[in-house]
Amino acid sequence: MTSGAPPANVNSAGLTRDVYKGLPSTLCAGCGHNSITNHLIKALYEYGVEPHKLAKMSGIGCSSKTPAYFVERAHGFNGVHGRMPSLATGAKIANRELMVLGISGDGDTASIGLGQYCHMIRRNVDCTYIIEDNGCYGLTKGQFSATADRGSVLKKGQVNELETIDVCGLAIELGATFVARSFSGDGKQLIPLLQAAFSHRGTAVLDIISPCVTFNDHEGSTKSYAYVKEHHAILHTPDYIVGGREITVDYEPGTVTEVQFDDGSRILLRKLEVEYDPANRIGALTVLNQAREKGELVTGLLYVDTQARDLCEREKLPKKPLAQLAEDDLRISRDDWKSLMESFS
Amino acid sequence: MQINDLTIRAATVNGSGSQSANLVLANAIFRLGIPVAPKNVFPSNIEGLPTWFDVRVSPQGYQCRSSSIDMLIALNPATWHADVLDVKSGGAILYEETFAVTGATKRDDVTYYPVPFAKLAKENVADAALRKYLTNMIYVGALAQLLGISEEAIEAALRAQFRRKLKAVDTNMDAVRLGANYARENLPKNDPYALEAMAGNNDGLILMEGNSAAALGCVMAGCTVAAWYPITPSSSLCESFIAYCDRYRVDAETGERKVAVLQAEDELAAIGMVFGATWAGARAMTSTSGPGLSLMAEFAGLGYYAELPGVIFDVQRAGPSTGLPTRTMQGDVAFAYTLSHGDTKHIVLLPSTPIEAYEFASQAFDLADRFQTPVFVLSDLDLGMNLWMTKPLPYPEQGFDRGKVLSAKELEAAGSWGRYRDVDSDGIAYRTLPGTEHANAGFFTRGSGHDETARYSEDPNVYRNNLDRLSRKFDTARSAVPKPIAEETGNACGLIAYGTTHHAIVEAREQLREAGVETDYLRIRALPLTADVLAFIERHERVYVVEQNRDGQLYGILRTELPASAIEKMRSIRHYNGVPIDASAIFEPLLKSERTELVPA
Ligand SMILES: Cc1ncc(C[n+]2csc(CCOP(=O)(O)OP(=O)(O)O)c2C)c(N)n1
Ligand code: SF4
Ligand SMILES: [Mg+2]
Repeated sequence: MTSGAPPANVNSAGLTRDVYKGLPSTLCAGCGHNSITNHLIKALYEYGVEPHKLAKMSGIGCSSKTPAYFVERAHGFNGVHGRMPSLATGAKIANRELMVLGISGDGDTASIGLGQYCHMIRRNVDCTYIIEDNGCYGLTKGQFSATADRGSVLKKGQVNELETIDVCGLAIELGATFVARSFSGDGKQLIPLLQAAFSHRGTAVLDIISPCVTFNDHEGSTKSYAYVKEHHAILHTPDYIVGGREITVDYEPGTVTEVQFDDGSRILLRKLEVEYDPANRIGALTVLNQAREKGELVTGLLYVDTQARDLCEREKLPKKPLAQLAEDDLRISRDDWKSLMESFS
Repeated sequence: MQINDLTIRAATVNGSGSQSANLVLANAIFRLGIPVAPKNVFPSNIEGLPTWFDVRVSPQGYQCRSSSIDMLIALNPATWHADVLDVKSGGAILYEETFAVTGATKRDDVTYYPVPFAKLAKENVADAALRKYLTNMIYVGALAQLLGISEEAIEAALRAQFRRKLKAVDTNMDAVRLGANYARENLPKNDPYALEAMAGNNDGLILMEGNSAAALGCVMAGCTVAAWYPITPSSSLCESFIAYCDRYRVDAETGERKVAVLQAEDELAAIGMVFGATWAGARAMTSTSGPGLSLMAEFAGLGYYAELPGVIFDVQRAGPSTGLPTRTMQGDVAFAYTLSHGDTKHIVLLPSTPIEAYEFASQAFDLADRFQTPVFVLSDLDLGMNLWMTKPLPYPEQGFDRGKVLSAKELEAAGSWGRYRDVDSDGIAYRTLPGTEHANAGFFTRGSGHDETARYSEDPNVYRNNLDRLSRKFDTARSAVPKPIAEETGNACGLIAYGTTHHAIVEAREQLREAGVETDYLRIRALPLTADVLAFIERHERVYVVEQNRDGQLYGILRTELPASAIEKMRSIRHYNGVPIDASAIFEPLLKSERTELVPA
């Protein structure tokens, strides 16, 4: 190999795309979750994530199995059902240098795990939190989850009469600093959104509609491929620009909203039919509510706030990870100890 | 005269500020060199319910509760009747003079000292807000006068109490003097009790709560992450930890904190944060009590099976359910030992004293790292929230034991490795931390079936081998946990106890000796059981297992784990009314049993 420029088939971390692959998936063929895994592999590769810094966290469910299927070299943690946010929070606080990537399901997040989901958002834990949302419990054979839309029908005909929990609306309500919705089948939209989420400092929530081909892809389901195709309303076309890199595409003035992240990277949101301002919380909630009324699936970067402090900042943690501090950093000195003991008498 | 040997009970209403008066009283007596054992019996309420504070004084330095009340300070009309009846014959009652002394409260075997507390406070304390609070200082003064506690000792105790607001000392001393003067002029001494300064007893000792001691153990063990959800009686453990970290872990210049304490949304999240943090390499703890422990069950099994370090303090209170939230019990021993479904087993440490609360807290982090497993430290409300006389906590002389963690360099040298491979035949495998810069460092932690390389597996042999390795690891832990402490002189009758029950055992053995029953004693300090336990039982004809719960939980564990020959020898003595066990709860059943056993058939 000649010296100079890095070979074409490696990323900024000097790694080939194969490094970002995992074990073969054991999920059903055609499952939306598999597409998300493939998009993640591409997004992580292009982003140049160093595998040893990546912490893949998940709960329990078909979706939560997927961290085994990408970046095999990285540390992964498949925890207990609905409690991944607390594990992710602990991991981040212990070693703030880790890039924490959480994968959850709609049952894992919106049913059993709703409490932890809400509190992770309130704390603004710096992590990417993906919900692979199929409106049902895949792994326990297709029961409704809390994101099932009202009126959606199960395979055997049961109708969901309960109101859906909109995990994006809820997140915005709770003060989330990055909220996006996308579709497993739309890599063009999903990959830049994922990369923007990696760059975001704080909790980045991505609710990705991801059809369960085995239990929730039939007529009457609102999370089927056919339903999504029919009712997909895209807010804007995102492009992710790595920090420091020039923008090479020409945009017509006034057609692009730009969001810049801490690491210097940007996401450019190209306008489609409607004006959309992702810095407007109330606007975001209105759009989500309107979409619910119309039975539409609205996707894009719904809301972003790049200024909020994340958990590690609020806790005033040192740059050096807590996990690496030793006796001398952490123990009370002998002199202080002596006077402390004296103060007890 | 009965010198330095009595129990004083202050019966007040909670939220009235009597707690600091009682602490001043205990501290003043302690300063005279006289051993004290303060016990706070308080309600689960913020204001208006009855509360009792006992200060036991004994020349022997007994630290357990005494059920025999010599002197009563009665300020609560609601409990007046019952409080009077609790005083032992020959005792004395210092009371608010407006309380009616009639019927059953009119006893002829006790001395009554009426004091117009309310009136004195009204006439002498201008600030209405302070009045209720200072009334308590008036009784401290009156009692000091009756028992002979010097003004200097009270003032010194007040200074220690109000270290940061010395102005308050004067106001309080005025109230103390008011009470003392009233007693001097109006209450002719007519009881047998007196306090006299003692030399040599309390030298070098301090008064400390078990929860503060445990918190200091965490600081010195290098705990950097604490996650908790408030619950009595464990809250003060985390709150002390926060206070010490505020003082000793903050960079004065930058404000950076070498610790993160997260108030979680519940105990599930608290223990989840702990395991997330330890997985990523930090030392982490949570503290809770029974209801919180119940919520942690699922995660505890994950910790055991996925092999994650973590320290869980359970400051036990009286269950089941919400139970008596402010009363004590050794009620979680069996539950904690096997917390979670499946074949889960945990290391459980059982401290008896503040020094052990401190040392076991520290050791828990080493054991958790060494054995890559959750370690439970079970104290109780009595140890955690009451003051105990103790030697100052020793400065640690050893560094942290972080256990088998492979660095990038070691990974390189090792060639291949498997996260769950038993290389050293001790059941303990090697782990790596996220962030380790080596292509082989990563592995997948999971609570589902896994093979030696941490890959998903449902293979029956792989599953079984893994469970067997975990048993092997637990056996290795047997020789690493704190050993029992034996006091033996070759008697036929042995006692086994743990935790705070120890302090009642000390006194009960003395009483038994006086009654002609000599006993040996083994104090268990951890689970899993060490070999010493069986050996001790084998050396005795009868062994009484004494504990503070209804079902004899440790007794049950011993019966499950020891051979039939040992089981035959064991009897169970149980105390479970929510207040700390006293010597009579051991002495009486044991004496009765020994007398029956010893009657020739
Ligand atoms: C405490 C607990 N209760 C129930 C289960 C059973 N369970 C496993 S996965 C699952 C639902 C998963 O649904 P979701 O998160 O939507 O994931 P999906 O399989 O649909 O991707 C349930 C109920 C469990 N593992 N743990
Ligand atoms: S059951 Fe549904 S969610 Fe699970 S793998 Fe199959 S298609 Fe995917
Ligand atoms: Mg699902």
